[in-house]
Amino acid sequence: MLPFILRRFLSAIPTLFAVVTLSFLLMRLAPGGPFDLERPLDAAVMANLRRIYQLDRPLHEQYLTYLAALLRGDFGPSYFFRDFTIAELFKQGLPVSMRLGASALVVALAIGAPLGVLGALRRNSAADHAVMGLATVGITIPGFVVAPVLQIVFGLMLAWLPVGGWNGGGTRNTILPIVTLALPQLAVIARMTRAAMIETLRADHIRTLHAQGLSGATVALHALRAAALPIVSHLGPTAAALLTGSVVVETIFGIPGIGRYFVDGALNRDYTLVMGTVVVVALFVLVFNLAVDLLHALLDPRIRLG
Amino acid sequence: MTDAAALLPLPAPGRSLWQDARGRLACNRAAVASLVVLALIALACLIGPLLTGHPYDKVYPDYVRLPAGIASHPRAEAVPAAVARIAARIRATAGDVIIENGVARVTLTSPRPIDPRLLVYFERSDQFGVARIVESGDDGRRLVVEAPLKPMRFLFGTDGNGRDLLTRTLMAGRMSLSIGLLATAVALVIGVAYGATAGYLGGRIDMVMMRAVDVLYALPFIFIAILLVVFLGRNVVLVFLAVGAVEWLDMARIVRGQTLSIKRRDYVLAAEALGVPTRGILTRHIIPNTLGPVIVQVTLLVPKVILLESFLSFLGLGVQEPMTSWGALISDGARAIEAAPWLLAVPAGFLVTTLFALNFLGDGLRDALDPTEH
Repeated sequence: MLPFILRRFLSAIPTLFAVVTLSFLLMRLAPGGPFDLERPLDAAVMANLRRIYQLDRPLHEQYLTYLAALLRGDFGPSYFFRDFTIAELFKQGLPVSMRLGASALVVALAIGAPLGVLGALRRNSAADHAVMGLATVGITIPGFVVAPVLQIVFGLMLAWLPVGGWNGGGTRNTILPIVTLALPQLAVIARMTRAAMIETLRADHIRTLHAQGLSGATVALHALRAAALPIVSHLGPTAAALLTGSVVVETIFGIPGIGRYFVDGALNRDYTLVMGTVVVVALFVLVFNLAVDLLHALLDPRIRLG
Repeated sequence: MTDAAALLPLPAPGRSLWQDARGRLACNRAAVASLVVLALIALACLIGPLLTGHPYDKVYPDYVRLPAGIASHPRAEAVPAAVARIAARIRATAGDVIIENGVARVTLTSPRPIDPRLLVYFERSDQFGVARIVESGDDGRRLVVEAPLKPMRFLFGTDGNGRDLLTRTLMAGRMSLSIGLLATAVALVIGVAYGATAGYLGGRIDMVMMRAVDVLYALPFIFIAILLVVFLGRNVVLVFLAVGAVEWLDMARIVRGQTLSIKRRDYVLAAEALGVPTRGILTRHIIPNTLGPVIVQVTLLVPKVILLESFLSFLGLGVQEPMTSWGALISDGARAIEAAPWLLAVPAGFLVTTLFALNFLGDGLRDALDPTEH
């Protein structure tokens, strides 16, 4: 098992390196710079700024400097949020985004998977159609429609929950964002679980279990283990996306997460912020892909041994 | 192959996968209904903006944020206020307004003679046509004026700038649907070509090509999209490119997986033995046989692309004013949800209906094309 993990881990390093290099080049080739304002700065001021931030060096030198700093775990200062380093920004924002994302993932899994199993076991019944209809609704309604509707209904009409704000992480403030984040994932998970379960329930080993006279619930549990493979594959990228924050949800609900950093950073040419976000997101993607591979190996002996 | 077929006596005509699939699809009521709905929406978006009577970018300053309704505007009760506003610009006082047969008759009085040329304010408004002096008295200090009402209907109301929401929603539909189709076409071409090549060539080339896909997967979509916006400026073609350039990854993976299993089949080996060039094998044998899952993926990709476009528009990076898309309309509507909920409800209704239909169609196609299903 350990060599398997190690091999996977090592193969992730070149990918990470390629991601960093590619985004560094793309970002630097983009026209404009971090200090461009509506009214251009004085040439001498600009030259000073560029010298302080070492932007006047040749590109490959900057790249090597950045790479060296990155290896030491130093993300550099932010060009846009002056007085903050990228590390400080992430220290504030990442726990917020991760908490929301993790809660949303748990909610989506806890509700979506049982609904999908229900749909598969009672295939083509009214319950199945209801589940699939709901799932399709969940997939098709974009988050920036769900969020304002939730705000209006629960924030203003019923006045049960605050319309927005973070309030230091109060539970009541997190409910609406979590629901908005969880809804589409819940729908996808329900659909995938149903499809995978239907596929598995037709398999030979399940028919054997039926023939051995096991109860329906036991058979369903056995089927679920095999059906979990595609769901786990899907959960990897999904978890990475959820934990690194959502621009839409954080903008609408006014949450101080890291979801906005990409947009803010790229639009303001905050090179270090964008690079930091790319690295963090890529790390999440790679770590969760690794976790998916491990879970696959645990669930399916053929992968482990093959 | 056609020669051989002509020589041999044909057995009872076989049913191809596609004929079978068509039959199964026709039995799937949800899929057929979805097809009909999609055709109706596409037709409405195509010819609807010509029939509503309002240009999509025409601003009616007097009709800002009208709620949806079938009533004809201006309403009778709103006319006196409108006349009073115009009278104030003419620097006169309006008397009682009488409306008869769609013509408003009003007496204007002023301490000084009224310049008849100022009556042009009537036709400049959105409510009235050309005004006409019926009677003049007190050396021009008192005018009786008749102005025909300009009847207009706004079935779904107007937006925050006073533009007809129905026309805008239909124009937005043109934009969203064409973005969905074009970006999907880009993703389809790149993904199928890339995936089939990687899968068929296999070995080291396959590894390198799929590793490149992994790298692109790890780059967040929004990063690429924003960078493309930065490089190329904000225009619509860019949105096609950005979205299509990202969404081909899934397609490439699916096609590669299919290709890996197809390339071991006997007919491919036969073609190789006959010396068919790689290109010919790919286009003649591999790609046609991957089409089933690819078509399903396409029907699911179109809604995804429409959603992504609306996400870009929500961030202000997508379609730019006065052109619009469903996503742009929805994000405008979401900002005004309290004051004018119909601004969100109408475009969201169109978008969700379309996505719903596309999803059901995709499910139906998957069932229809799956040979193990029956």
